[in-house]
Amino acid sequence: MLEQHLAVLPIILPLIAAPLALILGRSIFSWGFATLVSGLAFLLSWQLLAAALSDGVLSYAVGGWAPPWGIELRVDAANAFVLLAVTAISTLVLVYSKHSIEKEVKAANHSLFYTAHLLCLAGLSGILITGDAFNLFVFLEISSLATYTLVSLASDRRCLTAAFRYLVMGTIGATFILIGVGLLYMKTGTLNMLDLAERIDLYDSSRTINTGLAFIMVGVSIKLALFPLHMWLPPAYTHAPSAVTAFLASTATKVAVYVMIRFIFTVFGIDHVFVDMGMGLILMALAVVAIFKCSYMATVQSNVKTVLAYSSVAQIGYLVLGLSLVSVSGLMASMIHIFNHALMKGALFMAVGAVFYRVGSVDIKDFAGLGRKMPLTMAAFTIAGLSIIGVPLTVGFVSKWYLVIAALEQDQWLVAALVLVGSLFAVIYIGRIIEAAYFQKLPESRSSENIKEVSWLMLVPMWVLVIANIYFGIDTSLTTEAANSASEWLFQTNSMLENKVMEGEVLEGHAIEEKAQEVSS
Amino acid sequence: MNLWQALEPAQLITLSICVPFVGALLVIATGKVPNLREAVTLITAAILLSLVLAITDYTFLGTTLELDVVELFPGLGISFNVEPLGVLFALVASFLWIVTSIYAIGYMRGHNEINQTRFFCCFALSISSVMGICFSGNLLTLFIFYEVLTLSTYPLVTHAGNDAAKQGGRIYLGILLSTSIAFLLFAILGTYALTGTLDFRAGGIFDDSHNKVVLSVLLVLFCYGVGKAAIMPFHRWLPAAMVAPTPVSALLHAVAVVKAGVFSILKIIIYIFGIEGLKDLVTTDVMLYIGAATIVLSSCIAMTKDNLKARLAYSTVSQLSYIVVGALLASSIASAGAALHIATHAVGKITLFFCAGAIMVASHKKNISDMAGLGRKMPITFAAFAIGAISIIGLPPMAGTWSKWYLAIGALETDKFIIVAVLMVSSLLNIAYLLPIPIKAFFSKPAEGAEPWRWSQTKEAPLPILVALTVTSGCCLAMFFYLQPLVDLVNLIPGVSTK
Amino acid sequence: MSFILDYYNYWVVVFLMMAGFYIVISANNLVKKIVGLNIFQTSVFMLYISMGKVSGGTAPIVVEGVTQYSNPLPHVLILTAIVVGVATTAVGLALIVRIKRAYGTVEENEFDNKDDVI
Repeated sequence: MLEQHLAVLPIILPLIAAPLALILGRSIFSWGFATLVSGLAFLLSWQLLAAALSDGVLSYAVGGWAPPWGIELRVDAANAFVLLAVTAISTLVLVYSKHSIEKEVKAANHSLFYTAHLLCLAGLSGILITGDAFNLFVFLEISSLATYTLVSLASDRRCLTAAFRYLVMGTIGATFILIGVGLLYMKTGTLNMLDLAERIDLYDSSRTINTGLAFIMVGVSIKLALFPLHMWLPPAYTHAPSAVTAFLASTATKVAVYVMIRFIFTVFGIDHVFVDMGMGLILMALAVVAIFKCSYMATVQSNVKTVLAYSSVAQIGYLVLGLSLVSVSGLMASMIHIFNHALMKGALFMAVGAVFYRVGSVDIKDFAGLGRKMPLTMAAFTIAGLSIIGVPLTVGFVSKWYLVIAALEQDQWLVAALVLVGSLFAVIYIGRIIEAAYFQKLPESRSSENIKEVSWLMLVPMWVLVIANIYFGIDTSLTTEAANSASEWLFQTNSMLENKVMEGEVLEGHAIEEKAQEVSS
Repeated sequence: MNLWQALEPAQLITLSICVPFVGALLVIATGKVPNLREAVTLITAAILLSLVLAITDYTFLGTTLELDVVELFPGLGISFNVEPLGVLFALVASFLWIVTSIYAIGYMRGHNEINQTRFFCCFALSISSVMGICFSGNLLTLFIFYEVLTLSTYPLVTHAGNDAAKQGGRIYLGILLSTSIAFLLFAILGTYALTGTLDFRAGGIFDDSHNKVVLSVLLVLFCYGVGKAAIMPFHRWLPAAMVAPTPVSALLHAVAVVKAGVFSILKIIIYIFGIEGLKDLVTTDVMLYIGAATIVLSSCIAMTKDNLKARLAYSTVSQLSYIVVGALLASSIASAGAALHIATHAVGKITLFFCAGAIMVASHKKNISDMAGLGRKMPITFAAFAIGAISIIGLPPMAGTWSKWYLAIGALETDKFIIVAVLMVSSLLNIAYLLPIPIKAFFSKPAEGAEPWRWSQTKEAPLPILVALTVTSGCCLAMFFYLQPLVDLVNLIPGVSTK
Repeated sequence: MSFILDYYNYWVVVFLMMAGFYIVISANNLVKKIVGLNIFQTSVFMLYISMGKVSGGTAPIVVEGVTQYSNPLPHVLILTAIVVGVATTAVGLALIVRIKRAYGTVEENEFDNKDDVI
């Protein structure tokens, strides 16, 4: 029975569990419960990926209503792969968060934190799995609303303004997506993504579809913090509790990138987006600017969380760059980097959170001398930092390798060179922090403080990610295979759709637009 | 070597990389007991040398040693392949590691250095990655170990932990990492995109179907990407690295690290471009003359330096470009000269650095102007210095003669008379900045104002230091007469010949 | 003229959208920002609802003798969107309450000066 409903479980489980976590009340119970639920979701998504890799696409009709009328959940290699990463990170972050939020969140709000975290997880899983454009918007808002709450839970009051700004920007982005979806529905009369894709090809030159595409792309760009729509991200990441930042940095923006991939490749189609609308060049230009501008911004910040936040925006540039190359290998580079960057940033923010736990501040000057006081934390930070730089035998190197190879395949030598030069900034911003930790003395004023290594509950998740950073940097077969089959699947779907239309297999459109116009007459 | 005959030949490669690595771990484990720790270092070094000698035997027998470790990307991974050039470099590095270890024990204790465990650990790690570079079977493996070498030497450069060391470390890491990521990785990825392979193959992997302009650009990227070769204007890291303790400067920044750079260039030219393929590229001559300019310019800069280690560093920059020039001359005999120069320059320069360290330990003097008259107090040290200097200059009866000889013949053969002139001028400059040091030390009187009480106490450096510098200066002499085994080894390199 | 009249529902939508957007950007008071955001979202609700109307159709309830109904789906969708909008407003207002407690003001330029905001 359960096997039948496998696809819907990763969404339903945290969604139902969220209010229960609130009811449990006591911090320790909610923590254990939330971690358990997240762990279960991880196991389920493991099953889903295995099923998707062996059987191809899994389709699930919610409530028994057959698509395209009912809401359809579609699990394929691409989203099962991202889902696996999201649930894994969520579980690790939850294990880690017990101590971290004790320090950073008021005791009364602990169970609220776990509730919001589970809601966010449910939303993210929903975004990934759903095959319905409007349903995607709903899940996007579930995760976003939970995120605003999570950001505002920190004890520093600046988190409130950061959360508010995030809310305003996020709502505008979501509303843009809503407008876009509405315009698509107006023209095609369907919300099912597969159905949409088939019908959109009939109206290639329609202004309504193009406007819808523009709205959706801008809306998603806000959500994924693509330069220059990234202004909400650095303050939100800086002032949110560390556990929240670790979770968001490694999942939320990645899921938004996946939404962009999904809309481009399985809804609008490559030809439409890149050939007719010329989005490739726009995305590529913005991505390159993001890499340079935000990497540079990262080098001049004094707060380590801000440094890493700007670095995240720069890394989103790499993700978008990969998909803007319009090739299987480019898309594959993006998919791999979604996974790899989650590993790196998760580990980095966890290490920073551990420093905050002991030191109470994360300015670079406060890292002075921590190399000796917190050796395991700083070693984790160093290895994950080397991964961001892209040193061989780490996942960062694998990502960069595939991205540059993909660029060279398209004869984009300049872009390839820019990617490598851009990654040099990481040497500077990571180098500054490592140098402070290992080669500066602990200030006199702190020598009396009892700064020591954090507990194993924080160290274990951190080091799981660090070891994953190295493991997947050496044995790349799992990530490569999953990403490769994911991107090939996306391209196949795309070409399959185009062939269908060429063969004249046309479905009847509802042509709502015409009817809507009749309203006025 | 009978000792290792029981093993599968290819396992020797694994061992030669793992032995120093395990040594590094043991150094940490035994860090509390300095004597045991130093014994571990020496034993590790001895085992490594015997391994490399066994590999050399196999190479002379013509056995191919190959090993694929792990596949990082489809069809491309970490793999090793022993070829004569790598064996030559491995021999030099592993032999000099023993000598340097002896020297380092005397130096670190004589100088009361801090963090000695970290020092010996990182030292062993560096040697481990050097072995990886020596035996690498493709560019990816070379690149990986190249980066590991950079990172594992960084703590050695910043060893002192003061502002000067941190500044030096920043320049060191900044230049080496940036050039390797921006140029070398780019060139490697470009090569992979063009040919679909990164294996080192005799005669190169490029053929006529590849665009010559693109290959020309790649050549420049490779030459500058290997920042460790210190071709101007990316040479600044080498003088900056001199803030490290002298054994580091001696083995790593006169031998292992910098030679890893020129070795990589030589290997890329021989096995990726192919010596023949190099002749068609427009940038070969450009890089050749940049190399020649580096030889002369850095010799000129060396003359202006009063700090002995800084002077030696610029001398190293100059000598490295000999090897680059030899490789870029695209003639088989010049390439042979370049390969031999890796060995001959190594013994000469390491002797000079040993002497600089000995002087520092014994008399705490860094500047050449303070060393007048010191030769009478430290005759062995300054005699060794003179021997090393003559070898660097390239005068008989010292080892450096042969490599310069082959380089000059290669330059004549290819009708590059400017290069011949550069080699000769450089020798004159070497005389001008190296020989006055021992001469003044022996024949001048100490400067006015030198503290007489300290002067009378100055004597030769501790015994381990003297042993080390005697051995290396002996090598300078011995290699003049018994170079044949190395010449035989070099002649095994495809496309390279001393005839 | 007929161009304007034919599309009058869109003009309403565009006007509301721009007005709401302008308030979000220009308002200094956080509550006003939320109001602007609400107007902005409402315009989208209008867009959806007006497109579901089929001329001549009645409300989509099965009644004897009626053959043409308006499309009910956009209405259902927008019901969900309204819920999302209300939830967003609630979270936004809750944040404003906490901002007021923490800073003593809900004017953006006033609390901006109190912290070194990045």
